[in-house]
Amino acid sequence: MRAPLSWIREYVDLPPDVPAHAVAERLTDAGLKVERVERIGADIDGVVVARVEAIEELTEFKKPIRWVTLATGTSATGDETRQVICGATNFAVGDVVAYARPPARLPGGFEIGKRPAYGRESDGMICSVRELGIGDDHTGILVLPTDLPLGADVVETLGLRDDVLDIAVNPDRGYALSIRGIAREVATAFDVSWRDPGAGKAPAPTASGPVVRIDDEDGCDRYVARVVTGIDPSAASPRWLQQRLTLAGMRAVSLVVDVTNAVMLEVGQPLHAFDRDKLRGAIVVRRANAGERMRTLDDVDRALDPADLLITDDSGPIAIAGVMGGAATEIGPSTTSVLIESAHFDPVSVAYTARRHRLASEASRRYERGVDDALADVAAQRAVSLLAELAGAVDSGDVTDVDVRKTREPIAFDPVLPSRLAGVEYPVAVVRKRLADVGCEVSGDDPMEVAPPSWRPDLRAPVDLVEEVVRLEGYDRLPATVPSAPAGRGLTRTQRQRRLVGRALAAAGFVEVVTYPFVAADTGDRLMLDDGDGRRPVLRLANPVSEQEPYLRPTLLPGLLAAAARNVARGTSDVAVYEVGLVFRPAAGPPIAAPPAGSRPSDEVVAAMENSVPFQPTHAAVVMAGDRERSGWWGAGRAIEWTDAVDAAHATAAALGVSLTVEADAHAPWHPGRCAALRADGRLVGHAGELHPRVVEAFDLPPRSCAMELRVDELIAAAPALATAPTMSTYPPATFDLAVVVPDEVPAAAAAAALRGGAGDVVEQVRLFDVYAGDQVPAGHRSLAFAFRLRAADRTLTAEDVAAARAGAIAAVEQAFGAHLRGA
Amino acid sequence: MPSDSYDPKEVAVLQPASLDQDVAAARAAFADATDLDALAAAHVAHLGHRSPIALARRELGALPPAARADAGRRVNVALAAITASYDERRAELEAERDAHVLHAERVDVTLPADRRPRGARHPLTLVQERIADVFVAMGWEVAEGPEAEAEWLNFDALNVPAHHPAREEQDTLWLDPPSAGVVLRTQTSPVQVRALLDRGAPCYVVAPGRVYRNDPLDATHSPVFHQVEGLAVDRGLTMGDLRGTLELFARAMFGADVRTRLRPDHFPFTEPSAEVDLLCWVCHGASAAGGDPCRTCGSEGWVEWGGCGMVHPVVLTSAGIDPSEYTGYAFGMGLERTLMSRHNIAEIRDLVEGDVRLTVALGLEA
Repeated sequence: MRAPLSWIREYVDLPPDVPAHAVAERLTDAGLKVERVERIGADIDGVVVARVEAIEELTEFKKPIRWVTLATGTSATGDETRQVICGATNFAVGDVVAYARPPARLPGGFEIGKRPAYGRESDGMICSVRELGIGDDHTGILVLPTDLPLGADVVETLGLRDDVLDIAVNPDRGYALSIRGIAREVATAFDVSWRDPGAGKAPAPTASGPVVRIDDEDGCDRYVARVVTGIDPSAASPRWLQQRLTLAGMRAVSLVVDVTNAVMLEVGQPLHAFDRDKLRGAIVVRRANAGERMRTLDDVDRALDPADLLITDDSGPIAIAGVMGGAATEIGPSTTSVLIESAHFDPVSVAYTARRHRLASEASRRYERGVDDALADVAAQRAVSLLAELAGAVDSGDVTDVDVRKTREPIAFDPVLPSRLAGVEYPVAVVRKRLADVGCEVSGDDPMEVAPPSWRPDLRAPVDLVEEVVRLEGYDRLPATVPSAPAGRGLTRTQRQRRLVGRALAAAGFVEVVTYPFVAADTGDRLMLDDGDGRRPVLRLANPVSEQEPYLRPTLLPGLLAAAARNVARGTSDVAVYEVGLVFRPAAGPPIAAPPAGSRPSDEVVAAMENSVPFQPTHAAVVMAGDRERSGWWGAGRAIEWTDAVDAAHATAAALGVSLTVEADAHAPWHPGRCAALRADGRLVGHAGELHPRVVEAFDLPPRSCAMELRVDELIAAAPALATAPTMSTYPPATFDLAVVVPDEVPAAAAAAALRGGAGDVVEQVRLFDVYAGDQVPAGHRSLAFAFRLRAADRTLTAEDVAAARAGAIAAVEQAFGAHLRGA
Repeated sequence: MPSDSYDPKEVAVLQPASLDQDVAAARAAFADATDLDALAAAHVAHLGHRSPIALARRELGALPPAARADAGRRVNVALAAITASYDERRAELEAERDAHVLHAERVDVTLPADRRPRGARHPLTLVQERIADVFVAMGWEVAEGPEAEAEWLNFDALNVPAHHPAREEQDTLWLDPPSAGVVLRTQTSPVQVRALLDRGAPCYVVAPGRVYRNDPLDATHSPVFHQVEGLAVDRGLTMGDLRGTLELFARAMFGADVRTRLRPDHFPFTEPSAEVDLLCWVCHGASAAGGDPCRTCGSEGWVEWGGCGMVHPVVLTSAGIDPSEYTGYAFGMGLERTLMSRHNIAEIRDLVEGDVRLTVALGLEA
């Protein structure tokens, strides 16, 4: 809401020396947030009153151009005249105009000087309403009353200087969408007197009033109709009216429309004017019928929804209630007789309709937030008076007021409640005064009976009244205390473990990214997943942000692959990124009907509700492309390879005290020959390896890109509850190496396990240090070389111990895989 | 008697003149050694098993006791002199080697050493952990909840009316079909309700997490963003406690000099409600009082930080907590905005696109 301070001052006895920013500050403190104070006229300089002395029409141009001689009053050097070029034609010799006399300045920082134009030297310019920032009209220049003194400053003379408060109005404060509501708050904030512009009287309904029937009392509980006739169609809105509308952010349209808008801005009651002569029969307020259509004022033919509330007559819909009027009954240049509607509509109904038709209007904004339902007759009367005053209109005396409002129960209010909630002692008298300040009627003592005013539909419960007391007493009066919470448990083990996952990956050289969890329908195909794969997207959004990505991610990889590709595309060719986040899988349980709010659902219902939402486990994933180690002055870099992905998984698991076992798998989106399945404690916790070349291509990544994805929850489940300290023997270790030749299909991990098993209890470590395939071993075989370290807990190992372990290892691997000792 | 004619006192190599000569020869040899290798050779010649002094020492055993003591003293003095000479020369040559060889081995330590690219954690992760730590230190706990959430927990239990526009598809992302009543949570507040349902009162929890709105991505909006929510429910909690908690939180995040203000605002789940603002750290409020325009705060003097208020009684009763016995307060802040403010990040887009350059630059904070 844009509220000119001059308009507020008309109703509030605010001392003249109170600056706009002080008003803004107090209003903000009271809950009407002033986002900006616009200083109107402050940036106009050097615009003076001038009289047109002579006009020479220049005809050699494509459009009419005038060479105008202006009288600008007496100066020290005598009567002054100036000559300017002007493109407007809506003035004649003798008219008085606003003249920007160089050096002058107009809103927007436009400096006006002497400059050549159309072959002449134009000495400044004649201003339009828009150029002065006081209106939208740019069709012609501003013609002023002839009694203004020549040479006088236009800003001073016309009172153009004003401050406009731009207020962000919260949904619970509909009353603040009016000068009336803002004036009340200003008066309260400065503790000064004010006059309520909504306090006027209105005539009682008459039998002769227009026939109005409300068919839907939930949608409309009051409808006031007034008829005025004899409007002078040529009458234009006076400049003060246009100026107010402009400052308030509305366009001046025509006198009738301007009057209804001005009344709305002043008291908050939306009005609508129908052309009386275009109405047919009785006015009926009802919901739309199926298939009904209507052309609205903005010239859009709209299909109406059966939930839309309409104003209709015998011809059908003539307005969408509280949102926008219809084109068929729109007032026009020949309108002389109007029916003024001043009604009260259901906020919810208006809100839905406005959203459904994407049609937010000044009226709908107010109805959605709640309009004073007691004001319909007064507001209509104000419009009638203004039309009589400004357009020569005649009040027909026909008044209709269909009023089916329900009475509101007063609120029983414990006067101690504000103190209890705020932590400040408010005397009862203060509570009473503050409630009165917002317009409540207070009776009784303990509890108080509080009847909220008609313009405050938001005041329904005792806590609503508490906010009024506390905000008007000032939030800055609240003390700053800190409660002492009971001793907490700190982070849970799971929370600490999740932190470790991210830290381990960052320590391993991966950079964290946070991606959107939205994926495209073809994600499963691009990842080459089988039809039944659980990582194919199935959870779809009903209203996705982007139709290209309507699904929720069942795996972290698509977003991470895209992020890696984006980095590569932006020139970070060596990229190793990770993400830890939720993935979305179908819910375990069926949807349930929402339980009623306001009471605790049973444990069964809570459990069913928790089961009705998608299963959302935490995953961790990495994607890598380019070099893992940079090339540099030390030599060539090392390209990323599958081992880096597997190592990332090991590093993550190790941070949680988990050791992973690795086995070969052919699992999309990985390269079927370069994919490791990762197990912890027997349970599958993820995969790692090089990506399938086609997947790499589909995601625009460099060849040989690698990835890893881990189910963090599973990993955490496999983590040992408490690590047991190892026994650390201080006896010397014995070491030996041996190489075995095994068929290619024997995994190194299996050979190592067999060797270790065969070597017995004294084995401390078996580490593979070389893999050889070539001339020196049979085709289809490779040599695996292992370094053994043995140690006993209680003695120094003898040569016999070592020989026994070696022989046992060889025997075991021979038996398991038909392996033989290399060189043997 | 072979020894009768043999006068051991006359052993030539033990004569003082001979020993003096040994010492002189050794000194000369050590002095002639120009490097440690040559010195080692001289050491063998003059201090080794077969050196003159070693051979002389070997003769001592054959002397009668009276003569042995005298000759032994002489040999020891000579040996000490040779050893001292050697040590002295070795120290000289080692110093020389250190000065020359190690100097020759020097490298340019300003050469790049960044063979392996560094990892980093995302600033959004770090700020969430930091906030969690601030509250854990006060005895609060960290609560969590899913991102795809039951409508009841996201709206109904939070006193959002059934017809509230926030539930509309223009604002809230719904899972298909909407009749199943699952939304992408629009705030971290459903975690409040879960915490209350789970723990009852008293309850002090903080819940950082990801939330969703149906906003297209632009410079200042993202359909996916992060919030932190705080909730305290106990006997006798007041708005003063809310204010004190927020001041503590703000100081932990922005430093001891930060100034906050509460101003009335509206949320369905709190009453009274407030917005908490931070005094603009660029203009310190001067722009709002007629000073030069300020881009950081839009010349409002204050920058919005988050929403807060006293927990609405309906929220408490929805979780089975008696509002006549317990009161509570809650607050919620957008983390992207917090980060953008602190680190001068131009667009929210920068935080969500996953450009590693941002993470590497900002993912360093402790």
